[in-house]
Parts: sequence; C-alpha cells; structure tokens
Amino acid sequence: MNWLTRLIPSIGIDTSTNKSKVPDGLWISCPSCEATLYKPELEKSLYVCPKCDHHLRIGARTRLEQFLDNAVYKEIAADIKSKDPLKFKDTKYYTARVRDAMKATGENDAIVIGQGHVKDIPVVVAAFEFRFMGGSMGGVVGEKFVAGINKAIEDQIPFICFSTSGGARMQESMISLMQMAKTSAAIQKLKGHKLPYISIMVDPIFGGVSASLAMLGDINIAEPKAFVGFAGRRVIEDTVRVELPDDFQKAEFLLDHGALDMIVHRKDLRAKVSGLLNKIYNK
Amino acid sequence: MNNSFLDFEKPIADIYDKIQALKDIASESPELLSQIAKLEEEEKNITKRIYSKLSTWQTVQVARHPKRPHTSDYIARIFSDFDELHGDRMFGDDSSLIGGIGYLDETPIVVIGHEKGRDTQEKVKRNFGMPQPEGYRKAKRLMELAEHFLLPVITFIDTSGAYPGIEGEERGQSEAIARNLAVMSELKTPIIVVVTGEGGSGGALALGVGDHVSMFEYATYSVASPEACSSIVWRSSDHAAEAAEAMKVSAKELIKINVIDEIIKEPSGGAHRDYAAAAANIKSSLIDNLQKIGTIEINDLLERRYQRLITIGK
Ligand SMILES: [Zn+2]
Repeated sequence: MNWLTRLIPSIGIDTSTNKSKVPDGLWISCPSCEATLYKPELEKSLYVCPKCDHHLRIGARTRLEQFLDNAVYKEIAADIKSKDPLKFKDTKYYTARVRDAMKATGENDAIVIGQGHVKDIPVVVAAFEFRFMGGSMGGVVGEKFVAGINKAIEDQIPFICFSTSGGARMQESMISLMQMAKTSAAIQKLKGHKLPYISIMVDPIFGGVSASLAMLGDINIAEPKAFVGFAGRRVIEDTVRVELPDDFQKAEFLLDHGALDMIVHRKDLRAKVSGLLNKIYNK
Repeated sequence: MNNSFLDFEKPIADIYDKIQALKDIASESPELLSQIAKLEEEEKNITKRIYSKLSTWQTVQVARHPKRPHTSDYIARIFSDFDELHGDRMFGDDSSLIGGIGYLDETPIVVIGHEKGRDTQEKVKRNFGMPQPEGYRKAKRLMELAEHFLLPVITFIDTSGAYPGIEGEERGQSEAIARNLAVMSELKTPIIVVVTGEGGSGGALALGVGDHVSMFEYATYSVASPEACSSIVWRSSDHAAEAAEAMKVSAKELIKINVIDEIIKEPSGGAHRDYAAAAANIKSSLIDNLQKIGTIEINDLLERRYQRLITIGK
C-alpha cells in the first residue's frame, strides 16, 4: 500500500494478494486478536474472526458476492477508467500509481457497482475497493457511483452503498473534491424518485467520502467497530494536543452521537437490509 | 497602503521604503515631489510585473496574505443595510462563518461566507475561519431561508478547511458538510459562489455548490492544503510548493478544467492593496451574473446546476 498506510494504521488483509505468513495463503492472522485463522473457514464466517468477532476488511467483489442472492450480480459501468485530468506527478506519475493499483487489485478503480437481488428485492449495490489507492474517490468513483444511481432510477429500485475509503484522491485535487458534490446531488435525485438509499459504513471511512455520500443515507448503518470520521485521528491529535480515547470515531461512538441508525453485524446485513427495504420500499 | 510584504515582493518593498523616506522629508524639500512620483510609477510597474507571473506557490501566499480582505470586508463594501443573522437553532452560533441579509444595489440577497478574523483576539473568536458543524448548519439554515423567501444566495469562500477537532466529530462534521452539498444541489433559488481567498477542501466546498462559481485572480481552491497534500503524497511536509503546483490550485488552471466559470480580476498587487477596488470588482461580477441567472426559470436552473456537477470528472 502507499500513502494511506500512513493515515490509517493496520491496513487489513485483502483476500487475494496479501502476503500471508504462511506460504500457501491458506492461513490469515486476525489483525485484532492475532489468532491464526484458516481461510476456508473464514470465508464461511464472511471474514469475521470467529475468535474475537473482528470484521476483517474485504474486497469489493467479495462484498457483493456475500451480500447479494446466490452471489450473483451484473456489473454496471465496468469499463470507466481514470484519465489523469491534472497530469499529476509527485515522486511518481499518477498514471503509474493507477496502473500499479490496477495490477494489484484487478480493478479499474476504487469502486465496483453491481445489480442483483437481496432476499429477492432487486437492488443496485456499490462497493468501494479499499485496496485500490485506499478506496480514494476520484472522477471514476464519482462517475460509477452516479451510473449506479441512474440505473436504480431507471429500474425504480433501491440503491445501497458499502463505503470504505481514505477520502478524496489527492492526485485529482479539485476533480476529486467535486465528486463529493456530484455524488451528493445524484443521491438527492434518487430521493426525488422516492427510492431508498441505504448507506453501509465499513471500516474505515474518512474525509471526502465520509463528508458526502456515506452520511447521506435514508438509513445509515455501520459494521461493528468501523472507524468513520471527517478528520483523521492523527490530524485531530496534532490540532487539539489531546490523546483521543480508543473508541473515538468508532461505529459505537457514532451511534452514541446520533450519526447512525444502527450497527449491524456482517452476518445479519442481508436480513436486516432486506427487512428495512420491505418496510420503506413498498412495491 | 500597507507595509507587510511577502518574500517575493522584496523589489516592491525596497521602492516602498525609499518612497516613505522621501515623503518624510518632502515637506521641507518640495522639489522631491517629482522624485516621489517617479518612484511611485516605478513601484506600480514592478508590482504589475511581479504579479503578472506569480508561481503557484506565490499565489498561495497571496491568497493567505495576513492583510487580504475577508468576508466581512467585502460585505461592508458590496452590500447595503446588511443584517447579520446568527445561530444554527440547534447548538450554537459559529462565528467562523457569517451570514445575513442585505441589498446588492436594489436586490435583497442572502450572503454567507467564512470569516478568518483580523487581530489575534478576533482570529481566536472566529477559530481562524475553520467552521464546526454548527457553522455549516447555520449556513444551511440561511440558505433555506433564502429559498423560502426567493432570495438569491451569494457565498464567499475563504477557509483553510473545516476544523478537525473532537467536538466537531461528536456533532457530525461529516454529516454537516454532506448535508450542505445535498441541500445546495437542489436549493430552489440562484446561488453564486465566489472563492475569495483560500478554498480548502470539503470545508470550502460546503459553501461551494452553485450556478456560477467565480474565483479571485489570486485565490486558491484544492482538495487539501498544499502542506497536507505534501505530507500525504510525498510523505514529507517539505513539498508544499510542488504540491500546490501539482494540484493546480490557481484560478487560471481551474478554469481550464471547468471547475470554475470566471476569474475576477484583482487590483494590481493583490486584493490586499486596495480593498475598495477588490470589492468593486466582485460587486460588478455579482450584478452581471445575477442578472443572467435571474432570468432562468427555476427548474431549468436546477437542471443546469445538476448538469454542471454531473459532468465534472466525466
Ligand atoms: Zn480475531
């Protein structure tokens, strides 16, 4: 990983490319309790540690497969790729960073949009891919997110987003910042059609994604202990010169302070979300 | 005139010092007046020359200049009969962000902007122009008031960003910003945005969704401060100047990628050299654009606003 490792400690596992301590890749160490976990078992528990209940980070496609009926979805706007609008270069060209991320993840950018069913309810689901440049939101993420919303409007079905993101993508500066406004405006369009938007917050979400699409759900849900905030912990500590409590910006903290409707365990997400949709989306 | 010069303004400062020295003795030697006039002409030319080719980093310094006019300076010079309106009706009144009703010539408007404060005491009171959630919620309340009474909204952006603090997180800084983006995207009244100083991150954008977005010539607008970008991307705080360049923070770059619609000229040597002229330039832009936008039927205006957002990054 690159710059995001500095922002957010303990970048978790990923399901395909992470170097496991054991060569055959069948064993994973829990980032929370460090228990050694057998991968096929972990898949069955939806990548939730059976020892400590820690929700491990999972890729966008794993997320869609876990959440949707029969693990089946039709991908939307799969081909959109970054165009490097600013011709950004730091120690490396942005185009090279994107290329590396594509190679490492097999994705075109940091979000995957799929259409499928959750307990027989037709839905469009967006899932951020945290391994792709920390799930940062640039023009492609915004564009795909809007394509997903447009599809939901076209088919008159609910829209669900699993967010996990370090925030804006620096290398697209203002183009990235404007995606906050773009995605928020698209959500309002969806709401204008009386179609539900369920935001599901997954560890971690900060900055521009937190301060736009993630907070705007008709219903805001988070997975247990997910870190969600506007400013990163270190930035706040540097500003206010106070050591922050461990639970600061955790899902439970957000629930206490009124930012969330509920915290839902990964294994209960399908049932809970479909139940909510049945109540608010009566067709 | 003021006497605080930036590093790259040294040639201007040198002449300024000479002029002051001559002025001190001019009452006794009136023959110096022509000499002073000559130097003043030279000062003008050098200022113009330096400012015609500012680097991006120099522009950042001008945008942050301690004497740069603030929202309250513009409000006093652009609008008449301004009444400040306070509070978010939920938690408090955040004075890092000011808003109220006034007249733009004959037209009643709602104006909202970040306010950094001038002297140390006022800066602290205004939290250096870095709002907490209640600031954004006050802004939202005033926008909805404008919508209700069909008044155009004018926003002035000048902030290094939303305040990163404990209470802000507890009270939903993210939600407050997100909500403003959502509300502004479909507010049923014209919105004109002017980036007057620093446009820093989501804390700036929370006042930044509108029908016409203009930027002062030496203002900046970016996803993060150059310093933050430097430490995130270069992993060191030493590359702020490069980061500013790479992020294309200046008005002349941002107009090329359609993030802004207009560059408003500043007085020679920057807005801080002539508050009245700076305010007059903003005022005439506001009047022009309000006239144009005011003729558009509201549903068309909202569709136009939506298309404007939706095509960025396509
Ligand atoms: Zn564990």
